[in-house]
Amino acid sequence: MKRPLFLAPQSYRQRRLRDAARLLPILAVFLFVLPMLWGEERNDLRNTGVDAIYLFAVWFVLIVAAAVLGRRLSSTDVPPVLLPVLPVVPPVGRD
Amino acid sequence: MPFNLLVLASLAYVSFLFFVAFVVERRAAKGAVGWLRSPLIYTLSLSVYCTAWTFYGAVGYAARSGLEFLTIYLGPTIVFVGWWWVLRKLVRIGRQHRVTSIADLISSRYGKSNLLGVIVTVICVVAATPYIALQLQSVTLSFGVFASATADGWAKPDGDVTSVWVAAGLALFTILFGTRNLDANEQHTGIVTAIAVEAVVKLVALIAVGCFVVWGVADGPRDILARIDASQMAQWHMQPSRWTGLIFLSAAAVLCLPRMFQVMVVENSDERHLATASWAFPLYVLLMSLFVIPIAVVGLEVMPAGANPDLFVLTLPLSQGQGGLAMLAFLGGFSSATSMVIVAAIALATMVSNHVVMPFWLSLRPAQAVSGDVRRLVLLSRRLSILAILGLGYAYYRGSGGSSALAAIGLISFVGVAQILPAMMGGIFWRGATKVGAGWGLGLGFVIWGYTLFLPSFGVDAVMSAQLMAQGPFGLTWLRPQALFGVVGMDPLIHALFWSMALNTLVFCVVSLLTFPGPVERVQSAAFVNVFEADSGLSQAWVAQDGTGAEELLVMAQRILGEDAGLAFFEAEARAQGRAGYLPDPTAGFMDQLERRLAGSVGAATAHAMISQIAGRAVVSVEDLMAVANEAAQIMEYSAKLEEQQAALTRSARALRDANDKLTTLSVQKDAFLSQISHELRTPMTSIRAFSEILTEGDLPPALVTQYGGVIHAETKRLTRLLDDLLDLSVLENGTVQLNLDLANLREMIDRAMVAASHTAAERMFVIHRDLPNEDVFLHTDGDRLTQVFINLISNARKYCDAASPELRIVVRRKGGRVTVDFIDNGSGIAKDKQALIFEKFARLTDQTRAGGAGLGLAICREVMANLGGTIGYLPGQRGAAFRVTLPLRLERVPV
Repeated sequence: MKRPLFLAPQSYRQRRLRDAARLLPILAVFLFVLPMLWGEERNDLRNTGVDAIYLFAVWFVLIVAAAVLGRRLSSTDVPPVLLPVLPVVPPVGRD
Repeated sequence: MPFNLLVLASLAYVSFLFFVAFVVERRAAKGAVGWLRSPLIYTLSLSVYCTAWTFYGAVGYAARSGLEFLTIYLGPTIVFVGWWWVLRKLVRIGRQHRVTSIADLISSRYGKSNLLGVIVTVICVVAATPYIALQLQSVTLSFGVFASATADGWAKPDGDVTSVWVAAGLALFTILFGTRNLDANEQHTGIVTAIAVEAVVKLVALIAVGCFVVWGVADGPRDILARIDASQMAQWHMQPSRWTGLIFLSAAAVLCLPRMFQVMVVENSDERHLATASWAFPLYVLLMSLFVIPIAVVGLEVMPAGANPDLFVLTLPLSQGQGGLAMLAFLGGFSSATSMVIVAAIALATMVSNHVVMPFWLSLRPAQAVSGDVRRLVLLSRRLSILAILGLGYAYYRGSGGSSALAAIGLISFVGVAQILPAMMGGIFWRGATKVGAGWGLGLGFVIWGYTLFLPSFGVDAVMSAQLMAQGPFGLTWLRPQALFGVVGMDPLIHALFWSMALNTLVFCVVSLLTFPGPVERVQSAAFVNVFEADSGLSQAWVAQDGTGAEELLVMAQRILGEDAGLAFFEAEARAQGRAGYLPDPTAGFMDQLERRLAGSVGAATAHAMISQIAGRAVVSVEDLMAVANEAAQIMEYSAKLEEQQAALTRSARALRDANDKLTTLSVQKDAFLSQISHELRTPMTSIRAFSEILTEGDLPPALVTQYGGVIHAETKRLTRLLDDLLDLSVLENGTVQLNLDLANLREMIDRAMVAASHTAAERMFVIHRDLPNEDVFLHTDGDRLTQVFINLISNARKYCDAASPELRIVVRRKGGRVTVDFIDNGSGIAKDKQALIFEKFARLTDQTRAGGAGLGLAICREVMANLGGTIGYLPGQRGAAFRVTLPLRLERVPV
């Protein structure tokens, strides 16, 4: 199947939206492991309160982003209705 | 608080949940699901992830290890926020293939292999035991808290006795809830709703305790932050290996935990709910963990030094005299524990009955697949499985001493189920993943997990001796359980996670690369990996054999689906096939439908085996398919040859028919010609005979004799001319004519023709228009023959042109290598329907006597032109009779 080179703006947006949905967890991983890189210079002790605020803030931002993306994606991406497929009767003979 | 009251409250709460589930099931049975199938309920049911570990253990975890407890919730957040990658595909596969459990998913993906189903089931059951023990421990501890806090005389209940009662109660509750009926798709609307209610209860309880702690005990968030910095939590040290490892572990666990798979995939009623859950579930766990740190910090500060931090959620309100709040917290914790145990036990029991009990029973007595009461057997095996699973949990609780931190126990479980991750991810994203690879990967991962984490968790000298831990088996130090391959200094949990996952994945990939998947496996791998492509893969190819009775299938289906449901299914299928009654033809399509339907109840492998027993070895292997395809190719080749031959035959038949038609036409023409010719010959002969008879009688005046002699002479002349024409025509038609090819000037030929034709109707005055310059063309042709054609045309014009002042135009044109000569008069021309006739022999449009010709002139012209490589035709639309002669400038060869 050959994919078209140019898309209508709407479907182009739609694809970028899916890309965003795919990138979001990668961003999440990055932001969640980021705290590992700070703190060690401050007397080898962490500022637990600040860390907690940072993590919860990132968490909340991610939730909001996921909500926006999820809403946009589900308004356009309607999954096929999974009805039981009618049995296909094989041809009995050829005429 | 009296112990009895506590028990009564728990029982009342459980009854309430049961009532909710019952009402919902009733509504669902009537088809009035409505909001029961909403994204909200779906998201809340996912909260079964948050067990007593979260409710009690997270606070303890935070008190001991600071922010590390968050990793357990950050992993699932990443998975849900990234639902477009994995969850969407999992849910689609689960719905399309009617997957009943994670073991069913793995077994179905790898060629409906029951062995893999068993391996996954064993991993899940073993990994779940610490987890269930955790729930028992937390509920037992929470009972203990209330007992010790009271001063009204009743002694602290014996922990062992309490835990037995708790285990038994939970088992009973789960059996009542989960195995009341055998649902077609393994969906339990009632339980899901009850779980959603419990989700609300535990969230409200935890937030209530949190709010009380933040604003009741402490002085708001700012104060809490100050207290954090002052508490021992500030001493927390972030270990990068544990931080990343635990985030990965919890992300893996949320995908692989049997109970999560149950609510996420099996109970999913609409894929679109995932879009909501992608943000709502992270929000739920965020709210659940929001107050964990405040409770832990305040608990550490307020509670006496030796207090168990796992129970701060209960003990803090109690110590502040908030009995009601503590009661709510108790119910919240109870909810967390019960919802986890119920869903986990149902999921595990389904796996055990579908992948262990049923296949075993089927192999034991194959004949009973049809006749035996399968439904009762399935339900019984599930009930026994639930009892066994809770029994195992209880045994672990007793075995491990019931003293470990809740989070530590839970993490052991997590690492266990995470072993399924490589096989699962490989299964849905990599078509090359094979059954053997998955089996080896799962097995090795499981063994390493058991050796490095699970068995040591029972404590030193319980299962593994201290000597083994310190020096390794048989003195092989590189095999020490917590320092494999000489890797020392790693956290034991991360050590186990690292080695089990690494070796599991490595073996899975390498063995998959080296082995060759079976036929069913390849079909399934395509169907799973390409689930979003419409019509992916061909499903199971059942071949309906003559011996396959629809009735037998019906009996079997009724045993599993239930009388009415089975009958309704068969009736619908029969109607779809256009048959009346309840028995459809056992076509391949129908068998496939039936298998999927049964797979929804007893799992793919079992359903497959059961239908195989009735239909015989009806499954078509790829080898069979290839053989069939080869045969088909041969047949197609053969039939193509036949078709070719048939086409050739048709062609020759058509040629023969054409030839026959031609012959018939020629025969008709010959007859017509003969009758014409005899008529033509007879007319002059009659007059010759008549006049010669008169002459023989004698005594005639000489004038008459002369006259009659003249008539006879004229008639014989006509006869001779006719015979000459006929001879000429015959020669021309046979192509045996001798042509004298030479250079000839067109103008000279026309000049000669005009002179020769001037004898015809000599009395008529003709105006002739010529185009002398154009006529000056030299042709390489037979000049005499061509002149003959011109004479014929000009004399025809002289004879037949009916205009008052007749005119004839002769137009010459050169076109390419050809010359056209048009003879156009100004008469009335030839009627359209006659135009086709004029070149036929004896075709005369007007009265024969007037024309005085035999009607062979134009026929001869046509033959002459054909012999000269040219044509002659009637030129319509010239307001008069018009003939066009076309001939090549240079006639190279004599046409045949």
